[in-house]
Amino acid sequence: MNRPRPLSPHLQIYKPQITSVLSIMHRITGVSLSIGSIILVAWVVALASGLESYSHFINITNHWFSHLIFFGFTFALYYHLSNGIRHLFWDAGFGFELKSVYLSGSLVVVSAFLMTMATWSFIYFLRI
Amino acid sequence: MKSDLAKVQGLGSAKHGVGHWKIQRLSAVGMIPLILWFIPSLMLTIISGYNEAILWIQNPFNATGLILLLGTIFFHASLGLQVVIEDYVHSEGLKIISIIFVKLSSILLGVLSILCVLKIFL
Repeated sequence: MNRPRPLSPHLQIYKPQITSVLSIMHRITGVSLSIGSIILVAWVVALASGLESYSHFINITNHWFSHLIFFGFTFALYYHLSNGIRHLFWDAGFGFELKSVYLSGSLVVVSAFLMTMATWSFIYFLRI
Repeated sequence: MKSDLAKVQGLGSAKHGVGHWKIQRLSAVGMIPLILWFIPSLMLTIISGYNEAILWIQNPFNATGLILLLGTIFFHASLGLQVVIEDYVHSEGLKIISIIFVKLSSILLGVLSILCVLKIFL
């Protein structure tokens, strides 16, 4: 009587596909961005606390490791933004054909990559 | 006290109807222009230094935009994290505690950051 109910095949059973990988990426980037938003809070708190605190904040953010985190953060942001727009189209009832799903998925990855590169090229070549 | 019909009306398996779904999309749509405005501002002005950043926030339009952005970020983040917790945390107690933790931290961070913007602005 205590036999557990049968379970449907679990996620690990399936071969990863572009559709499922991009879908879980949306969640991973969303969670990362939520945690990363603490940096935004730190920025505005440091700014409100005066020049000295702000200098400390800038010293930390100028470290190469911080740049690495910001780079990942930028990609996560552009990915979540692009894929979020893709989701909004789906919510409105567009783009459900398999062809469109693949095309929009590739577009999301390419645009996130290009926007990340454009942002960091600008920061490195024009600002520093 | 509710009739059977009232109990199920508007409520699916998530038990809170479509309200959550709708406001998550609404906050997402609102964030698109805010992000597309904030990132260039960050790259062009804010990054330049302390004085530039202060002056930028002291512009009422920038302060308004930044407050709206911060509010929307923490609102949208708490809605999103809630769904992730509901999907992956299976113990009922831990699930409720995690969701409460997410909601309270979002409110805390949102109020703190908005207060800082106001302090700089005023």
